[in-house]
Parts: sequence; structure tokens; C-alpha cells
Amino acid sequence: MYHPTVARLTYRALLGRRRAAVLLILPALLILIAMAVRAFNGVDDQIASDVLGGFALATMIPLIGVIAGTGAIGPEIDDGSIVYLLAKPVTRPSIIFTKLIVAISVTMVFSAVPTFIAGMILNGNGQQIAVSYTIAALVASIAYSALFLLLGTVSRHAVVIGLVYALVWETLFGSLVAGARTLSVQQWSLAVAEKTSGEGMIASDVGLPAAVVLLVGVTVAATWYAGRKLRTLTLAGEE
Amino acid sequence: MTTINIEHASRWFGNVVAVNDVTMTVGPGVTGLLGPNGAGKSTLINMMAGFLAPSNGSVTLDGDTIWRNESIYRQVGIVPEREGMYDFLTGLDFVVANAELHGLGKKAAQKALATVEMEYAQDRKIATYSKGMRQRVKMASALVHEPSVLLLDEPFNGMDPRQRMQLMELLRRMGDSGRTVLFSSHILEEVEQLASHIEVIVAGRHAASGDFRKIRRLMTDRPHRYLVRSSDDRVLAAALIADPSTAGIEVDVTEGALRIQAVDFGRFTELLPRVAREHSIRLLTVSPSDESLESVFSYLVAA
Repeated sequence: MYHPTVARLTYRALLGRRRAAVLLILPALLILIAMAVRAFNGVDDQIASDVLGGFALATMIPLIGVIAGTGAIGPEIDDGSIVYLLAKPVTRPSIIFTKLIVAISVTMVFSAVPTFIAGMILNGNGQQIAVSYTIAALVASIAYSALFLLLGTVSRHAVVIGLVYALVWETLFGSLVAGARTLSVQQWSLAVAEKTSGEGMIASDVGLPAAVVLLVGVTVAATWYAGRKLRTLTLAGEE
Repeated sequence: MTTINIEHASRWFGNVVAVNDVTMTVGPGVTGLLGPNGAGKSTLINMMAGFLAPSNGSVTLDGDTIWRNESIYRQVGIVPEREGMYDFLTGLDFVVANAELHGLGKKAAQKALATVEMEYAQDRKIATYSKGMRQRVKMASALVHEPSVLLLDEPFNGMDPRQRMQLMELLRRMGDSGRTVLFSSHILEEVEQLASHIEVIVAGRHAASGDFRKIRRLMTDRPHRYLVRSSDDRVLAAALIADPSTAGIEVDVTEGALRIQAVDFGRFTELLPRVAREHSIRLLTVSPSDESLESVFSYLVAA
């Protein structure tokens, strides 16, 4: 299923100079915030949890997911270079699967690593907060990558739609409407983090079994559907 | 022997019919797909390349359906018209990647680059290539697995005359070695120079098929219109209409000229000067009035 050549091309496209710089801005900001909070407030478990939950998990990870997930396939479809992958005896689902692995690993590196570093700066992993949010970041990376890879496959406006989902749905809508929170990658990954953290530090609106089922379900369904869409992707010429 | 069979294939996009009930067979040798811009050549090539499903009819490669069949790419090489091609890679990296996707290695890539004579620039980024160089690297990527079928969409666009000659020579060699080569073009001379067999597409329809002599004849046998000015238009008109090679003559008083419709091109070109001499008429202007490619094509569709 995993094709190393497809992976190499995708990594090089994703980690080109400009895109890599964009991917680094948010993690740098997170670590900066963590250092500032630690300097002004000292060690506080609740504040550490608020920073990681409010900025890292709610804003940074979905945005990195959008950049890596849509960026793993969208530009190739846009400029037509995907032809060179499609015109090969390589199955379309294996192209999608490989791109998913690449998007997941990029999202993980650029979100989980800075989340862990920021957590260590904030309270030195007191109450297991740094580790718990890192686990949440890893879990969220998988689901976001699958969702945004699908989006990049089916829509030319993937980045815009992805940003709207990440910012409006996950951040704004999720905090206002209770129902929206059940259908949120952020809440699902929080449910996983809840189990590993200290008592009362992290709360999720979704129970762990439901969260795991939804995470796995969304990831598998999105990947399957993206593979299907790629099989029937029509490359209309410029005529 | 690899053959592409298109049977009653149509393709429409919403209300627009791009390809309309086309039936043709593309076999070994070089075939030119000729037609004006927007005739549906790219749509047809995209169907042969497995990038578009026919809305109706079938497109097969040696009997196997091409659409949604990745295994055909073992036998097919494609040179797309679009320019997008991983500009951040070097030419060599790009062709090696294409080879690997076929399960081949660097050796195959080097061979393909040598075939298109691009070794000298293989370590430069594709972003720095000229249009002709890009075209040749695209060719290398399509040749890397030595396919028995090669499909090229407008391969000569933007090439300078020398590059054009080189590519023609290469395609001719491939055709002579028994491969099935199909390329599209909107320029008759290009197709005539290279293709042993020509398929003409106009407005989505299959207008004509045959070797270039047959197509040439079809094109020259169509009614030709001429604008003629002479020292005595009416006498000339009377003498010309007596011959069966002339179908109609209009005396255009405002222009001060004759508008002549000839049906037998060869005979008419011989008739006109002879009649003029016999009647001591001086010919002042003889000009074809509808030599545009579009009019040639539209005649073929009606035929």
C-alpha cells in the first residue's frame, strides 16, 4: 500500500521552503507563549492546561492539519502534475494511503513535538499535562490529516473550507453549541487525553469509547472515500 | 501489436458535447489527430489515457477497458499538454521518480533521458527549463518503461523548429519500430510531415480518416472559392461556366470582381489561365477567398 516514491514526492512538495516556514510559525508562537506564561505566572497546572487546550489543541493543530492534509494532494491536482502519479500501474488507494501517512507524520512532528515542549516549559509535565496533550495531539493529527486529505482531493477550495472548519466549527461554534462539540476532532482527542491526565485537569464532552469509535471511523471513511474519488478523478483539459 | 479501439464514444460535460459518437482504431505506426482548437482532441486523448470516462460507448486497449484500469499504464506512456510537473525536482529526479513508479530504477531513467538528449541539463531544476526542455523531459518520463503505446497531446506547441525536427524524428523512429504513437495537433503541415495515418476531428465529430494523401485530396477536392479580377469579367465568366470544373460564378458589381466556386481543383487551376489566354483576357487578381483551416475542416465535416 505504501509507495516510497509517492511519499518522497509528497514530502518534498510539503516541506518546500515556503510551506515549511508556514508550518513553523504556529509551533514557534506556542513555545513563545509558553515561555511568556511561565515567566509571568510561574508554574500553574490549570493555566498550563488552558494554554495547551485553548491554543495548541483548538487552534494550532487543526491549522497545521489543514496545511499538511490539503497540501499533500491539492497543489498536484491544481497544476495537473498528479497525472504523473495517476498514469502509473500504482493503485489509486495506495497513492491516497501513502499521502495520508506523509500528512499524518508531518502534522504529528509540527504539532505534537511543540505541544510537548510547551507543556514541559509550562509546568514540567505536572499532573501528566504535557504528556496527555501530546497524546491528544498525536491522535488529532491522524483524524485531521485524513479529513483534510479528503478535502484536498474533492475540492479546489480545500484550504478555505479547511480553515472555516478549523476556526469556525472547532473553535467558535464548538464553544457555543453543545451538539457541535460531539462532532469535533478536538473533543474526541480530549477524551483520550482525559484518561492519562491528573484528576479534573482535562475535560471532554465525549466519552472515551464513543471518541475512539468516531476517530477511527472518520479516519477510515475519509481515506476510503478519498481513494474512491481519486479513482474517478477526471482531469478535464483546458479546452 | 497494441491497438486502441474507440467505439461510438461520446463525452459530454453538462450540456456541452465535447466528443460526439466517435469510432476509430489506432494501431501501430504514427497517427496524427488533427483538428482545430476546441474540437475535442484533448477530450479524446484523455479518454484514451484513462483520465476521463466516456459518457457513452467504449474505449479499449487490446480489448481491455481503459477507464479505471491502472494496469494499462504498463503499456501506455502519456505526454500531457499541461505544464505542471514537480518544478522543484531536477530533471533527473523527476524521471527517476517516474521510473520508480513503474518499478524500474535509475538505469531506465538515464536511458530515457539519453533518448531525448537531455542529459546535459538533467541536474538542473525543472523550474529553470525552457518550454522545449520541459517537453523533452515529459517525453523521457513517458518513455521510461518503453511503452508500446505513446499518447501525446499537442507535443509541438511552443517548440522551436530544431526541437520540433528532433521530436518528429524520435516519434518517427518509435512508429517504425512498431509502437502505436498518437499525437494531436491543429496544424496540418505538422501532421502531414509526421503521421502515416491521420484522423480528423471537428466540433467533436470524427470528420475523416486515412493517410495524408487521402486527407489532402479531400481537402483539395472541396469546393474552392476564388476572387478573380480581369480585363473583361463577363466574357471570362461565360467561358468558365461552360466547363464542368466550375460550379458557380457571381459577378460582384460593387467589388468589380468575379466570385467563382470551383469543384475540381486540379482542372480549374489549369482551365483558368488557358481560357484567359484564348479570349485575350488579362487576369488582374486571382486569390483564394476561404483558405482558412476552419473552412477546410468544416467542409470535411459536411462531407
